[in-house]
Amino acid sequence: MNAAAPLLDIRNLSKAFGGVHAIEGLAMQVQRGAVHSVIGPNGAGKTSLINMLSGVYRPDTGSIRLAGRELFGEPVHAFAAAGIGRTFQNLQVFFNMTALENVMTGRHLRDRCSLFAALLHTPALVRAETACRDAARALLRQVGLAGYEDVPSASMPYGALKRLEIARALGAQPLLLLLDEPAAGLNATEAREIDALIRRLAAEGTTVVLVEHNMRLVMEVSDHIFVLDHGRKLAEGTPAEVAADARVIEAYLGTGSGHEQEATPGAAYA
Amino acid sequence: MAHATVTVSDSPVAVRHWAARPRVGGTLVLAAVVALAPLLMRNNYAYDVATQVALNAIVCVGLNLLIGYAGQISLGHAGFFALGGYGSAILATRYGVPVWVSLPLACALVGGLAFVIGRPTLRLKGHTLAMATLGLGIIISIVLSTEDRWTGGPDGMAVPPLVLFGWIVKGERIWYWLAGGALLLAVWLALNLIESPTGRALRALHGSEVASETLGIRSARYKLQVFVLSAVFAAVAGALTAHYAGFITPAKASFMHSVELVIMVVFGGMASIFGAVVGAAVLTVLPQLLTVLQDYEMMVFGAVLVGTMVFFPQGIVPTLARWWARRWS
Amino acid sequence: MSGAWLQFIASGLTAGAIYALVALGFSIIYNASTAINFAQGEFVMIGGMSAATLWASGVPLALALPAAIGAAVLVALIVEKVAIEPARHSGTVTLIIITIGVSLFLRGLAQVVWGKGVHRLPAFTSEAPISFMGATILPQSLWVLVGAAVAVAALSAFYGRTLMGKAMLATSYNRLAAQLVGINTRGVLFASFGLAAALGALGGVLIAPIAFTSYDAGIMLGLKGFAAAMLGGLGSFPGAVIGGIVLGLLEGLGAGFVSSAYKDAIAFVVILAVLFLMPGGILGARNSDRV
Repeated sequence: MNAAAPLLDIRNLSKAFGGVHAIEGLAMQVQRGAVHSVIGPNGAGKTSLINMLSGVYRPDTGSIRLAGRELFGEPVHAFAAAGIGRTFQNLQVFFNMTALENVMTGRHLRDRCSLFAALLHTPALVRAETACRDAARALLRQVGLAGYEDVPSASMPYGALKRLEIARALGAQPLLLLLDEPAAGLNATEAREIDALIRRLAAEGTTVVLVEHNMRLVMEVSDHIFVLDHGRKLAEGTPAEVAADARVIEAYLGTGSGHEQEATPGAAYA
Repeated sequence: MAHATVTVSDSPVAVRHWAARPRVGGTLVLAAVVALAPLLMRNNYAYDVATQVALNAIVCVGLNLLIGYAGQISLGHAGFFALGGYGSAILATRYGVPVWVSLPLACALVGGLAFVIGRPTLRLKGHTLAMATLGLGIIISIVLSTEDRWTGGPDGMAVPPLVLFGWIVKGERIWYWLAGGALLLAVWLALNLIESPTGRALRALHGSEVASETLGIRSARYKLQVFVLSAVFAAVAGALTAHYAGFITPAKASFMHSVELVIMVVFGGMASIFGAVVGAAVLTVLPQLLTVLQDYEMMVFGAVLVGTMVFFPQGIVPTLARWWARRWS
Repeated sequence: MSGAWLQFIASGLTAGAIYALVALGFSIIYNASTAINFAQGEFVMIGGMSAATLWASGVPLALALPAAIGAAVLVALIVEKVAIEPARHSGTVTLIIITIGVSLFLRGLAQVVWGKGVHRLPAFTSEAPISFMGATILPQSLWVLVGAAVAVAALSAFYGRTLMGKAMLATSYNRLAAQLVGINTRGVLFASFGLAAALGALGGVLIAPIAFTSYDAGIMLGLKGFAAAMLGGLGSFPGAVIGGIVLGLLEGLGAGFVSSAYKDAIAFVVILAVLFLMPGGILGARNSDRV
């Protein structure tokens, strides 16, 4: 499985904001069908990385290849069209729509139509809309939001909204799904549901890149972990490898402390 | 499992589910209103007002798509309205084009103009977009007022009547049916658009432009589409108005007129097609009813605008729809 | 030919000085709230019209002028409390629409109170034109330039030397930080409206003797003042002044040498050019866009 070409291949990625080097000379590979987590202390550059991988930020230098296709310099919608979907750390749900409509919008790349067809509601469009609605319902069921179809998203609870964003991102059937802190702000039960959801997605073949602070989730769900610190790679490997890595322990704690065992990222779960 | 719900201050919750679904139902109600309203009309004056309502409503439906659904703004839409009217009039009088051709042709040309100016303009957002559209509208009105060889100058020009299949369309009653029919067509097209992938793309743009881009929605393309569409709606209404009145003046392109149109949309309801119709109806009829208030008209309009935006930022129809929905839930 | 040049430059500078005052008003309110106050032109009109009415009923100019400015400031403060503050958390489009509504209301009110007629103020000193190097210059023009210059200097002193002024400046740089150090940002917005109205009304009384005033005099002045503010960079005070002067000169020279019929269009072409080509304006707007 490791011999195959990676789905996502990042080389020499850099981005600076004024004097702040958010990401510097980063190289990272993500294998197809894997759950690949990116962790690191606050300010390490994780969200900047996600923004660059979805096209929201333009890197200063570097190469981002998805399934062999170079995406550097492309506009955001081109990243989406290439097969990258994402959720947002600070929810970007369409609050002016119901849950079902949010997910139906997620299917835009599959479903878009010409202005004429939209104005006239051609029979082809009507058929496509029915199919879209059914597919969106299925996605809501898949993330456990079956009862929320016609609920205005502005009235939905926070935990449900996190899952709604995932369902919406899945609408485009992305090759690569970027999840930016999907468990942030959730309690233990909800976090476990997200955990189970990610595992189901991985089992079905979706490649997932996960940025997360919730270490239990990260350790349980990841095939591969990439540790960022100050915009550079600190370490990478399987959860066990990373948990035992001295540099990782040091970055999270500082040097020489007797409390290493409790607070290290993976210690309790390795 | 319930946690703090997320509230949103700016993006209006589209409660159009009550007002606009089912699509067919709402249009039928409107059709019934159009068909039955004449029972209440005792004289030609009433038909005249009703025709004006219908024609204003056509502009408002288009403008609502732009402002309410797509979340953009235009303070210059009267420019498109006037260009539709002047375009058709000039083609008919100077070039002898029969009106049943000059009308759609003028509207298509206005659509083309909107396409060309829309591209750079829609890259702007918020107040810069408002100013750009305002500037364009005023430039159009100044040009119409100044190029008097073509347009008759500040006093305007006469417009030949609409001739369909050799028959001159004149008179308030006939025009009422024509305008009503045109309005129903406009509403039907707009409702179709909303319940389509394109409609969702527009609403997504309004909801979160960055998220919609990450779903593959090319925001520039859809903003331009709805801008051109709303410009064409305005041009059609403008051309029909010109041929109805037999006359057109540069005042039709004025900033005041653009503002009146925005007031109608905002008052009636953002993101609500029927709201746009109601807004047009109320704000066209009211000044006629309250001729006593003639002198105070501007003040009243201003107060309505401020009051609506402060107290019911979603507009009348969606607010009423929400109260209604809550009563029955 | 040079006489004509000077003439156009003189009239351009005069108009430009007024635009600068209006533009400063726009920038002040923009800095306090990132909202564009479409009612700014109406403050200009209220200044001119109030002064004209007061003078017509016998009040000496020396009293009428400050009273008129005070009236405009009072109206602005009321407007801020009633229409702007309740909606201060709304989005840009909502606030724009609200200020348009306010401007409509004020204009309608002016129409009811003062009628549709044209009013005038006498020139402050003399009506006799001065002949200078082939051009004819009105003494009132000099009053306009001097008045505007004094206002700008006073504004600089206010921002640079007084606590209130520094608080307002701080709010414009970073609202949240200003709140955190204890600045009452709502109060800043309130004061900004008053200040913007004072500047606008000053412009109104200065120009009223030259260009008669009426209930709808505010529209064009407001829009052109906004064009000037955008030209110089919205939010920048030196930019507002430079923008005003440049716009006035462009208008004066354009009307003189190109086409006087399209004089009014110049400002709007300028707006479009700035928005399309250099949205930051000449000096670059104060923008805080978080990615």
